[in-house]
Amino acid sequence: MEHVVIIGNGISGITAARHIRKLSDKKITVVSAETDYFFSRTALMYIYMGHMKFEHTQPYENWFWKKNRIDLKKGYVAHVDTAANELHFADKSTLSYDKLIIATGSKPNKFGWPGQDLNGAQGLYSKQDLDMLEKNAPDNKTCKRAVIVGGGLIGIEMAEMLLTRDIPVTFLVREDSFWNGVLPPGESDMINRHIREHHIDLRLGVNLKEINDDGKGNVKSIVIAETGEEIECNVVGLTAGVSPNIDFLKASNIEIGRGVKVNRFLETNVSNVYAIGDCAEQHEGINQRRPIEAVWYTGRMMGETLARTICGTPTKYSPGHWFNSAKFLDIEYQTYGWVWAQPKDGETNFYWEHADGNKCININFNKNTNKFIGINTFGIRMRHEIFDRWLTEEQTVDYVLEHLKDANFDPEFYSQYEKEIVTKYNSENNKQIKVKSKSWKRIFA
Amino acid sequence: MKAIKYTGLAIFIAALSIFTAILFLGEFSASKETVSKFINDNGIKSELLEKELQQTVTDKNFTSPFTFSSAVRSALEKSNNVHKEKQEWDKVIWKKPHTFGFELAKKSGKGFVVENQGLLWWLTFGLGIIGALLFILPNLILLGKPGIKNDHIYHNAATNRGWIAWGVLVYLVVFYLLLYFAPDYVVNWTFILDPISKALNGGPASQWFVYGFLYCTIMIVMGVRMYIKYRHNKYQIMRTTSVLFFQIVFAFLIPEIMTSLNMPGYDFKNAFPLDYDFFFEWNIDALTSSGGIGIFILVWGIVLTLVVVPLMVYFFGKRWYCSWVCGCGGLAETLGDPYRQNSNKSLLAWKTERWIIHGVLAFSLIMTLVTLYCYFSGADSFIGIKSQWIKDTYSFFIGAWFAGVIGTGFYPIFGNRTWCRFGCPLAAYLGLVQRFKSRFRITTNGGQCISCGNCSTYCEQGIDVRAYAQKGENIVRSSCVGCGICSAVCPRGVLKLENGPEEGRINPTEVLLGNDVDLIELAKQNKKAS
Repeated sequence: MEHVVIIGNGISGITAARHIRKLSDKKITVVSAETDYFFSRTALMYIYMGHMKFEHTQPYENWFWKKNRIDLKKGYVAHVDTAANELHFADKSTLSYDKLIIATGSKPNKFGWPGQDLNGAQGLYSKQDLDMLEKNAPDNKTCKRAVIVGGGLIGIEMAEMLLTRDIPVTFLVREDSFWNGVLPPGESDMINRHIREHHIDLRLGVNLKEINDDGKGNVKSIVIAETGEEIECNVVGLTAGVSPNIDFLKASNIEIGRGVKVNRFLETNVSNVYAIGDCAEQHEGINQRRPIEAVWYTGRMMGETLARTICGTPTKYSPGHWFNSAKFLDIEYQTYGWVWAQPKDGETNFYWEHADGNKCININFNKNTNKFIGINTFGIRMRHEIFDRWLTEEQTVDYVLEHLKDANFDPEFYSQYEKEIVTKYNSENNKQIKVKSKSWKRIFA
Repeated sequence: MKAIKYTGLAIFIAALSIFTAILFLGEFSASKETVSKFINDNGIKSELLEKELQQTVTDKNFTSPFTFSSAVRSALEKSNNVHKEKQEWDKVIWKKPHTFGFELAKKSGKGFVVENQGLLWWLTFGLGIIGALLFILPNLILLGKPGIKNDHIYHNAATNRGWIAWGVLVYLVVFYLLLYFAPDYVVNWTFILDPISKALNGGPASQWFVYGFLYCTIMIVMGVRMYIKYRHNKYQIMRTTSVLFFQIVFAFLIPEIMTSLNMPGYDFKNAFPLDYDFFFEWNIDALTSSGGIGIFILVWGIVLTLVVVPLMVYFFGKRWYCSWVCGCGGLAETLGDPYRQNSNKSLLAWKTERWIIHGVLAFSLIMTLVTLYCYFSGADSFIGIKSQWIKDTYSFFIGAWFAGVIGTGFYPIFGNRTWCRFGCPLAAYLGLVQRFKSRFRITTNGGQCISCGNCSTYCEQGIDVRAYAQKGENIVRSSCVGCGICSAVCPRGVLKLENGPEEGRINPTEVLLGNDVDLIELAKQNKKAS
């Protein structure tokens, strides 16, 4: 029986394992050094905040793996011997495979800041990171202030977490507005305001110069590069992005760049070795996507796709229309299609923001053809299916706005804003669009 | 703000302590006339019992309801024993001794409690309400901006099965045991509410009046907590308002007012088989002998169960009843909301649930069948089951123990819907309709789920919501009461409760939306599905 070994029990590796089991009878082993069982990484924050316990972040009960004959092995892979088809573990044991899937995810970026390895300086990615944060910042007596470095999704999550323990947070963001490499100015500014309303000390356009120690190897303070200001703190959150967790492959024959280099079939240069998820790097980005996509959904898609290839139906990784979501403190964010931080040539944006400053949408469309390209929605939930269909059908922005009620996914009885949105669009673009009422027929067409 | 909160807590605990201490206070003495009148009013034929009672309680001063009732019960036991020996069956009192004790104690209360009803109401209910509100209202500011704030639920001994939770469990269980099985011990509580009871229905308060009043009070106060906690969520606000309305108006006020008008007190929303004694002989007799209103209630009760309930479930799902109208659901969604995360999500719990709840449904239907057969035929048993026996058994195990003692008493440890999930025969019936013939579903938003687990954790019915959401499948489950909290706690906007066409309601997916694995095959699949 063919033995498929998967390194990494995150969403990519586990999705691959589940789908291989659905499609075949192969022997499957999942290796992890992090935890015994699969858990949802995106939910780690809720454990610290007390919304859930660790066990709640595990999507499958512990009997699931044995029942589905997915062997779990705890161990740290130190080296991959592709010639012998063998994994060498840190404890010197070995495991041979017929097919190998690398799904080792990411690790937090560290940019060589002085003091970055002191006690109290940490990222937030793994279960171990969470345990460390619980130790470093159990309450506001142990941790009198925390400084977070890096204005991305993990940074704002970490800020939200620390706030629940009443720990004052200073948030250093290199850009001059939060996440403005991804978000257009309207949305980015709305989140700036929202962060400050939560009493987070948001510093825009600043870099970390160094982290000072207290003489005992612990964090004492940080210094801001631009101003030289020293801020006393006990915890420094290093959340300036992540990069593929592939150092253990450096001595192997597997080709790596920033990540493990793969083709559209998620195959590496070694014929029976594959890579999926955060750690995989496409030779070229697919449909304007980045070559490395460190996103939950893409990890899952790669797992679904690769399972087919491994089970005898060679299948290209073909992600459909881009979508993503996040939550910034109290504001939910969803995106469908492409909305860039700055419109590309020939594109323009329509932006609407609610008077309360907590909800907005931004639609990117083609200036000449009016073709709908993508939408950002904050504080209003929208239907994935509907936008996916509209993107496939290449509908115009006018069509999208006319049928916007079909896309609304907010809970029942919520106030709806389609009319207000369309009124603004009409006045800005000299149009006479009327919002159609919601139609189940269209939704389930 | 925190100071106000803790002051409120202290006041509440003080009120609860006084409420509890009141049980041990008061004086009880029955004059000769009281006993004679009691014997006459109750149509008691045993002279021996009257003699025994005159001997043991008349003109004696008891300093607690316990000693008084104990004396009454021993007199009752003595006289019953003698009559049973002599086979004087019409002189035996079949009433439960504690109920008998309660009724006489109710007539014999004197002293501090009876003389200070108003003061004690303020010291218990008044202070309790004020304390609880002082504890709850600061959340408007302490919780920060509107949004889901489940911080520290798993750090808190009250909500994470800690010592506070166990303490509350013990208090609630003892409360229900006394209420159901030893009302004579809580007779002092009824004195406090006599003035309100008299104003509403013209008579003194029974233990059930105390329970009803307490139920409404708790629901209103904890409803305020819901309004604050979910103030960003209109579905929750509407739903909370609805359960409060139906509890206060339908379950409490209307029956009380009907009683005061000499009509049978009836809760018009309490549907059989949750209302398990609707078809008991005494109820049918009471209704048929109450003129037009009685007949109307009888017809309405049948129409409610056979037509209104399934029709509404078809259009809106079982939520219209369980989390918008029902009294049990109302308490679970207000008092019980802090405990919703304690429901068991395992597959084993789901399997157990299906056996037990459908078992109770079958039990209630068999009981009703036997009862009705015996009622119309005059027999005392049917298919070998004695009518009286099965009614008593059901009332004891299901009506009192399961619905009350376990159903509410176990909130703090096993979650707020233990009864609704495992025991309620009406929920089982609604669930069958919801599963097989309804427009209701929880729609999963394409591929947006990140498997975080908030939905499953906060599902009071123990549904593993995530198991469906992460596969891109809609949630169509008989047990879902449509409380909407899974949708509320979802950080990515994945879940929406909605009523839509039956077609495509159940949507098994091989590959999640967003992954164009094979467009031709996908198109084929979509065609098949539509």
